[in-house]
Amino acid sequence: MTLDILVPIILTVVGSATPLLFAALGELVVEKSGVLNLGVEGMMIMGAVAAFGVAVSTGSGTLGIVAGAAAGMAMAFVFGVLTLTLAANQVATGLALTIFGLGLSALLGAGFVGIPVAPLAKLAIPGISDLPVIGPLLFAHDALVYLSLAAVVGVAWFLKKSRAGMILRAVGESDISAHSIGYDVIAVRYRAVLFGGAMAGLGGAFLSLSYTPLWNEGMTAGRGWIALALVVFATWRPWRLLAGAYLFGGVTILQLYSQGAGVAIPAQVLSMLPYLATILVLTIIAAGPWKGRLDAPACLGKPFRPST
Amino acid sequence: MSPDPGLLNPAAWKIEPRREIPRSLLYATPLLAVVLTVIAGFFIFLFMGYDPLLSLYHFFISPLLTLYGLSELMVKAGPLIMIGVGLAVGFRANVWNIGAEGQLTLGAITGGVVALAFWNETGWWILPLMCGAGILGGMAYAAIPAFLRTRFNVNEILTSLMLTYVATLFLSTLVYGPLKDPMGFNFPQSRMFSDSGLLPILLEGTRLHLGSGLAIAIAVAGWVLMTYTIVGFQVRVLGQAPAAARYAGFSGKRLVWFCLLLSGGLAGLAGTFEVAGPIGQLIPVISPGYGFTAIIVAFLGRLHPLGIILSGLVMALSYIGGENAQVVVGLPQAVTGVFQGLLLFFLLASDFLVRYRIRRRAIQAAPDGQTQAAEGAS
Amino acid sequence: MSARYLEVSRLEVKGVTKRFPGVVANDRVDFAVGPGEVHALLGENGAGKSTLVKMIYGVLHPDEGTLLWNGEALQIADPHAARALGIGMVFQHFSLFEAMTVLENIALGMDKPGDMATLATRVRDVSQAYGLPLDPERDVYTLSVGERQRIEIVRCLLQNPKLLIMDEPTSVLTPQEVSRLFETLRKLAAEGVSILYISHKLEEIKQLCDRATILRGGKVVDTCDPAAETAKSMAQMMIGAELKSVTRRGGASLGEPRLVVEGLTLASEDLHGVDLKNISFSVKAGEIFGIAGVAGNGQNELLLGLSGERLADHDSVLRIDHRVLGRKDAGQRRQYGLCSVPEERNGHGAVPGMSLIENGVLSAHHRMGLVSSLFIQAGAAARFAAEIVKTFDVRTPGTGVSAGSLSGGNLQKFVVGREILQKPTVLVVSQPTWGVDAGAAAAIHQALVDLAAKGVAVVVVSQDLDELLAITDRLAVINVGVLSSAMVTQEASVEEIGLLMGGVHGLDTAPATPDAETAHVA
Repeated sequence: MTLDILVPIILTVVGSATPLLFAALGELVVEKSGVLNLGVEGMMIMGAVAAFGVAVSTGSGTLGIVAGAAAGMAMAFVFGVLTLTLAANQVATGLALTIFGLGLSALLGAGFVGIPVAPLAKLAIPGISDLPVIGPLLFAHDALVYLSLAAVVGVAWFLKKSRAGMILRAVGESDISAHSIGYDVIAVRYRAVLFGGAMAGLGGAFLSLSYTPLWNEGMTAGRGWIALALVVFATWRPWRLLAGAYLFGGVTILQLYSQGAGVAIPAQVLSMLPYLATILVLTIIAAGPWKGRLDAPACLGKPFRPST
Repeated sequence: MSPDPGLLNPAAWKIEPRREIPRSLLYATPLLAVVLTVIAGFFIFLFMGYDPLLSLYHFFISPLLTLYGLSELMVKAGPLIMIGVGLAVGFRANVWNIGAEGQLTLGAITGGVVALAFWNETGWWILPLMCGAGILGGMAYAAIPAFLRTRFNVNEILTSLMLTYVATLFLSTLVYGPLKDPMGFNFPQSRMFSDSGLLPILLEGTRLHLGSGLAIAIAVAGWVLMTYTIVGFQVRVLGQAPAAARYAGFSGKRLVWFCLLLSGGLAGLAGTFEVAGPIGQLIPVISPGYGFTAIIVAFLGRLHPLGIILSGLVMALSYIGGENAQVVVGLPQAVTGVFQGLLLFFLLASDFLVRYRIRRRAIQAAPDGQTQAAEGAS
Repeated sequence: MSARYLEVSRLEVKGVTKRFPGVVANDRVDFAVGPGEVHALLGENGAGKSTLVKMIYGVLHPDEGTLLWNGEALQIADPHAARALGIGMVFQHFSLFEAMTVLENIALGMDKPGDMATLATRVRDVSQAYGLPLDPERDVYTLSVGERQRIEIVRCLLQNPKLLIMDEPTSVLTPQEVSRLFETLRKLAAEGVSILYISHKLEEIKQLCDRATILRGGKVVDTCDPAAETAKSMAQMMIGAELKSVTRRGGASLGEPRLVVEGLTLASEDLHGVDLKNISFSVKAGEIFGIAGVAGNGQNELLLGLSGERLADHDSVLRIDHRVLGRKDAGQRRQYGLCSVPEERNGHGAVPGMSLIENGVLSAHHRMGLVSSLFIQAGAAARFAAEIVKTFDVRTPGTGVSAGSLSGGNLQKFVVGREILQKPTVLVVSQPTWGVDAGAAAAIHQALVDLAAKGVAVVVVSQDLDELLAITDRLAVINVGVLSSAMVTQEASVEEIGLLMGGVHGLDTAPATPDAETAHVA
């Protein structure tokens, strides 16, 4: 009985956590390199519209996913040109990216509103996926869910163990030092920013192809911003990010189930929960006894121009 | 994955930071950004299959040819200017209030609640009371990120933005619930305000109301504040050099409060003006994103209150031009957002010209046949 | 040794010129370093030494001129290329990553570090062999400045350098650490490594170097054998003029204590900073009180605590003329007569993007009456800025130009002048002559001495011991946030001060002690 309720709840949590996980994981890498990209929302929604458009036009979910990642990357490239090559203010550029992305996605997606798309196929393993409880929980998601989890492992390994990851952290820690011992700060940051864009695009693709297989103007509904908050919540650590994304996924779907359970609270008040939870979490992280021990990269948000 | 090794490769250019920023460039680049946006618009329209010149004409020119169009321009520019001035003061101090849309919504709610509380009553004091309530509502809402930032050092960007979503939902709760017009056939909207709760119309036959005139006055006051007073000076020092502000004994926390309360209060007032002016009641969506567009207005106006009057008019044009082009040419309304984003991109990009002097290095063929940037005599 | 000079030079610099906006940092510089030679680049701050070595290490690129490595002309594209040639560099401002481990920092500075476990062993081996003990697993921010420098040196040594560039390596070391460093460098030179040693400290160069190239204003003005010169003769080559000494009014009588600090304890705001522990001292009217110490031992925190940028726990911790001000902020303390000059001019003592007039208003708005009922008095502000420029000989085209467009020395004169003209009763100055040419330094020293003569209590925080010995009446040493008891300057010995500066760190037997506090107790 309880399992009957629990399994679908957990599945919904996975669905609402996955886009956050993608976007936040990308932003984590970006921020570790010392760049603050506030345009996650804009990259995500461009990913959503591109993925949806391509999937509908070609009938291929895979191509849709690729298009989503590419659209996010294209947006990130614009951000990179402005903030890295032209050393523009990262906060302002991130905002511009979001405003532009919301506008452009609405423009491009105008023709797709109301059209259905086949949801991404679940990667079912015959036999195993049919097992009770374990089957649906572990072995019946679509490829993007597994990809997001693999990305956590990959990013954690990359940052901790690989030389490229070490260089990326060094660039975020002190751009001047990294430059003076011969690392191309701008190139490292470009790669990080493009990766962040691709991940945000994948998050958007998951939204429009899997979570709600539909295109709606502004359908990211602030998830890009919540992803930014999650990076702070996770104190720039991939595993904590995984926990945070699933926690937030849980808060987001709370409204669905409490309404279903007949709680007498207006729907709008429940919809406020993820946003209020974000504020609460940011406050706890900033005010807690561990403050000052955060792993915030020292150069976060500071423009850098090498002198040659 | 690296950028194109040619033009985008920093090594190909000799780039030097300017020691003095030329004023002329500082004020010329917003014009350059507008021109570039129009050029980009030409190609976007072309790409989308519309007649580009005709579309541009109906977007940027024809709305300005009628008195009604001009009055609408002012109606839209009013809130943009008011909010933009408040935000610009904050941005100068590195206080990033990007939740003006939420503060506007709260101001609309508090001002609107006053109007509804005195519904069908008359009295000259109702309108000022609404404005006061609107300002307080916006301030109170901005006080949340101010408190969290000064007390717990929580980043105001994310908190103020999150609160915007909350405010919209709160307004929706009200108009679907307690404030719903009892005679309104169950539509999610409040009663129409009575005349005592409506702003006087300045020009008969248009929607031009007192609020637009006040917006100009507020911008002028903002200019005096920033240029001639010690408060404006403190704001500028805090933004340019926080350590110097503390060294001078300027309280960073007090200035953060000041900036957020000022921008919140102005956004709240703009919200009250919207519901007491063009709208006349509370409805689920008060603003077409004025609070966000005002961010662009602030930057485009170079964070200078007088520049913001001009940039507010330009951005207002993007709204009514968008509406006009939708009606006449059939362009999607979303073009407005694209133009606004593009404009900010071009502005930020052209900023580079202001801060740096750029010279192309001599390009010569290296022995292996590849071109490379030559480092002077080699 | 002379035979070596007959061989092809390891590095030769020919006609190298480098320009920055508004300044020629290097103007047709020529010099050469032979194998196993310890070669000094001698010059004042701003003479162009750092720019020159950054070009040798590939961080910057010359506008004109050639570098020859073992007789072959080549371009050094970036530090990777420099390291591939066998050039290692220890930066003046270390190129370290505070939140990363020693091992990661070393690996980042190498092009082929190999696997981390092997590297850790090699780090231990090399650091032992050269007497530079290091724990590869420690986070850099927990290390003392001397230990951080070891990281940079070990990083170079692991790559078997042919040429080692040391940029002002001793400015952050205690005298004891300096002699240990010199032993390491002599050992390397004996093994055939060329060393390019950048300094403006004459005695060090006499002790260590085989030859010296002297730079002034970006040009080579002379080459000499340091052993054959006196410190004075080299100083004159370096400065290009007769040295002016500060004149003190002899036997100035000191008055009552004006500034009293009692038990100032302050946790650093900076994760990597130093906490102040129970600091007490007092300064009399007419006295110049010096605070010596190696950089990063709490000087910044102390300055913030004195100026009022950080508040003390109790009002009584800081008193001026018996008025308790511990809980008053910088603006309020200034009203009561305490003015200060921070170490960093750009962005702390002055706002680079603002005009000199506005920078005058910055700290003087109250004492000079530049604001009336919220409005800035434009005329009075302009006159005040003009007065500073005139009185302190600030070289600037006008008072409307931005502070950032002034040279470091001129901006320093402006900032110091701004505080002195406010007629303070207590003046706290950090690094008064840092990055300032000799003429300006003498003028600033004279101004401080004259100010004290008028009955002002002056506190000078400096890493330059010579400066403190020249102008202070008494001095104390700060080490890991603890201030020593004060001593009369004339009676103090450099050895004693040096030991205090090092705490116990300076002693040869001390290993890389993890915790600075325990070291201090021990």
